[in-house]
Amino acid sequence: MTEVTDAPHLLSLVPKAEAKQSMKDFKSDQEVRWCPGCGDYAVLAAVQGFMPELGLAKENIVFVSGIGCSSRFPYYMNTYGMHSTHGRAPAIATGLATSRRDLSVWVVTGDGDALSIGGNHLIHALRRNVNLKILLFNNRIYGLTKGQYSPTSEVGKITKSTPMGSLDAPFNPVSLALGAEATFVARTVDSDRKHLTEVLRAAADHQGTALVEIYQNCNIFNDGAFEVLKDNAQAQEAVIRLEHGQPIRFGTDGHKGVVRDHGTGELEVVDVTPENESRILVHDAHGAGPTTAFALSRLADPHTLHQTPIGVFRSVERPVYDTLMAEQLDQAVDAKGKGDLSTLLAGSDTWTVVG
Amino acid sequence: MTSQVSSPAEQADGAEGAVVGEQRTPRAPGGKEVRRLDRVIIRFAGDSGDGMQLTGDRFTSETASFGNDLSTLPNFPAEIRAPAGTLPGVSSFQLHFADHDILTPGDAPNVLVAMNPAALKANIADVPRGAEIIINTDEFTKRPMAKVGYETSPLEDGSLGAYNIHPVPLTTLTVEALKDFGLSRKEAERSKNMFALGLLSWMYHRPTEGTENFLRQKFAKKPDIAEANVAAFRAGWNFGETTEDFAVSYEVAPATRAFPTGTYRNISGNLALSYGLITASRQADLPLYLGSYPITPASDILHELSKHKNFGVRTFQAEDEIAGIGAALGAAFGGALGVTTTSGPGVALKSETIGLAVSLELPLLIVDIQRGGPSTGLPTKTEQADLLQAMYGRNGEAPVPIVAPRTPADCFDAAIDAARIALTYRTPVFLLSDGYLANGSEPWRIPDVADLPDLKVQFASGPNQRLADGTEVFWPFKRDPQTLARPWAVPGTPGLEHRIGGIEKQDGTGNISYDPANHDFMVRTRQAKIDGIRVPDLDVDDPDGARTLVLGWGSTYGPITAAVRRLRAAATPVAQAHLRHLNPFPRNLGEVLKRYDKVVVPEMNLGQLATLIRAKYLVDAQSYTQVNGMPFKAEQLAKVLEEAIND
Repeated sequence: MTEVTDAPHLLSLVPKAEAKQSMKDFKSDQEVRWCPGCGDYAVLAAVQGFMPELGLAKENIVFVSGIGCSSRFPYYMNTYGMHSTHGRAPAIATGLATSRRDLSVWVVTGDGDALSIGGNHLIHALRRNVNLKILLFNNRIYGLTKGQYSPTSEVGKITKSTPMGSLDAPFNPVSLALGAEATFVARTVDSDRKHLTEVLRAAADHQGTALVEIYQNCNIFNDGAFEVLKDNAQAQEAVIRLEHGQPIRFGTDGHKGVVRDHGTGELEVVDVTPENESRILVHDAHGAGPTTAFALSRLADPHTLHQTPIGVFRSVERPVYDTLMAEQLDQAVDAKGKGDLSTLLAGSDTWTVVG
Repeated sequence: MTSQVSSPAEQADGAEGAVVGEQRTPRAPGGKEVRRLDRVIIRFAGDSGDGMQLTGDRFTSETASFGNDLSTLPNFPAEIRAPAGTLPGVSSFQLHFADHDILTPGDAPNVLVAMNPAALKANIADVPRGAEIIINTDEFTKRPMAKVGYETSPLEDGSLGAYNIHPVPLTTLTVEALKDFGLSRKEAERSKNMFALGLLSWMYHRPTEGTENFLRQKFAKKPDIAEANVAAFRAGWNFGETTEDFAVSYEVAPATRAFPTGTYRNISGNLALSYGLITASRQADLPLYLGSYPITPASDILHELSKHKNFGVRTFQAEDEIAGIGAALGAAFGGALGVTTTSGPGVALKSETIGLAVSLELPLLIVDIQRGGPSTGLPTKTEQADLLQAMYGRNGEAPVPIVAPRTPADCFDAAIDAARIALTYRTPVFLLSDGYLANGSEPWRIPDVADLPDLKVQFASGPNQRLADGTEVFWPFKRDPQTLARPWAVPGTPGLEHRIGGIEKQDGTGNISYDPANHDFMVRTRQAKIDGIRVPDLDVDDPDGARTLVLGWGSTYGPITAAVRRLRAAATPVAQAHLRHLNPFPRNLGEVLKRYDKVVVPEMNLGQLATLIRAKYLVDAQSYTQVNGMPFKAEQLAKVLEEAIND
């Protein structure tokens, strides 16, 4: 097994930019074609604004996407990019990342792309811990196909395909990722540029698969889906900002907090009092087990989105698939020597025919 | 070369499937008679758990190292261990070996080894009268016989009167031979296949050293089991040498004259294909990346390639078929030789990604080891019924070149050829092998590495287009005027950052384009690129100026060629041609077809190639088809061709 802590950081395998970069360097010459007012614009701006901070040679950055509104993202990044098929971006990116460790590979996907048609690839990328940064734009609706409910839509959603309300319970992408052995799981919101950038920074620094769920507003088919998290009046009470090492408190003046019920082990929200203040849970994103992160992911009410934690739920180190794969190649050369084609073809059981 | 008494057909050119020629040459050792044969077909048959495939493999190895020409046909059920002693659980291995050039595993066995009543019952219909049958009498007790519906013992009821029966208590003799090894009866019984192998090795004068080495290596961690197997193997040999029942042994001289000078080894189709992929990667100087999901009968390629990581080979066992090809395509985008291996059902799942590869115009190999279909079909049996799936099985106009190997050893060259096309034309390519080629084996002349083709590619390294304002830019869809291939610009190349996708692209720039005229142009251009791939002209073998042409593709080469030899030996002229390239067809194919009054197309499907050539060349091709999961038999094909010729 790799000693993750002793090995050089995986980002160091990606060549650095020769000159200082600006946001402009990451804008392609293509006209952005999302609907006016779409949350995707904000995410694009945040990513383009963040990239110079990484200081990587932009020719060594690749954005791979699936199908859906958000999956047009690569066309607007002046890096290498591939707009692939519906749901398959994690698989395609896996092939690229595992064969080219000198690349910084990003996946852009949506709730339908990643969790419906591509669910299998997402969970397997996460369990393998391939060095991918996955940005999951969750708008809780199918936009490109004009407004059907998605696997993250709340139960009872009235859409074109569900005039009497949707029947299926939604996925919670953070819970799903944690259950799939993800080593990095975070959630952020399209409109909070600062928070979004902080989460991107943490994701880029993570070695292995980073899943970032971005709540993104579709102003055409599901407008206001996250309003409760954005509206100043409501957000104070609705949003729980997770910060590693800090007590998990929210609400006006932090009057609410998260404690663990020692009887059941469940997390619950309480009004903070001098008596219970010492029991407020301190967020530990690097904890060995995923249990608390999972419990945090369950705090939000899927219908109202009250008590929605945002920030990094979990960020732990585990051997990275790409590294292990490369090491096996090295080990094979160490053990058997560099492959010799003539020897391989001849094998051990031959006979000779002379003229 | 021994002079032999044989049929006229064999005297002419060693046709297959006819009476075995033999010559009596009494010799001294053990006082037993030795006869010389020019060829033999042996079939080992037993229960799935009896180790028949291993026994066949070992006999094949001995035969290969002895220098005979050979061809094999493993035949086993899809179940790993079907209920013991039942007909569905029978596993067999047929081997044809000769002192001359042969093409098929043979139509009918001269010798059947039946390890139990089920094996006898399942195989007896294929055994011609007069053939030898070695029967493990220990298994012919009431219950095992009742299980397969023998009411009376075929050993006693006279039903085997037409055959030359050797009743041998194989199990008892094996247990007896191993009594000093301290094994349980059950453990000792498991070596009975080695006893049978020893006996057959004596009968046909096979070298034994290889098998003994093999057993010691295979059971290196259990030396007592290794020695028990060696002892059982030797006991079988000695039994043949001493017992009265086996009065005759046979010699089949090495096929020295059939082989050009060189060093040879025995090789199966899947192994040759794996080596072809590694070789292509070496010759192209690109790392090999295999994305694959296990599926019969393709998994052995995944197994094989995963052993060769010291060649820089990356093997990725994906979560499903779609991810397998996805990863291979992702690696191809990054500059690797991307390969995915599968069988028919897997191709169905990969179709959308193959379409994406067509649209992206990236090199990619899709290896389809065809098996019986539709759906799960016959996983362990052979068929050629994926041709139209490979040709047309995608949405939109998505042409993909198709290359098909003709023999197990030819899988090596076909893989290199497929890689050449993929790399030169920046396109996904189908390599259509099948279960018969995959598991069958034959001698292979090991190529000199210095003679292998150079497959090196040039990645794009700088701008390729000057705009009106003088700016130098990179256009990912600006094509090579000769090949129509687009540049392969891999990530990490400064200045060539570009985006590609499955949406229609503007010619040249590669930007998204919904322009009707551009789409029409791009569809036609992608088609023209595939149509323009350079493939060698079709060779026609027609020494007698025949009026009927038999046209085949893929693994039917062996049986068709054997049938053609038979016809010619009987002075019936027939022309033969065999396609390696199914898309595009060789440029002279239309002209070749028109030269003949009749064109017969034998296929292991319901006439897929026939459909293609009828549509393209308006030729009234006559289809002859078989979809029973088994290769054609030469004798039956010869009959059909003769009827067609005389019709």
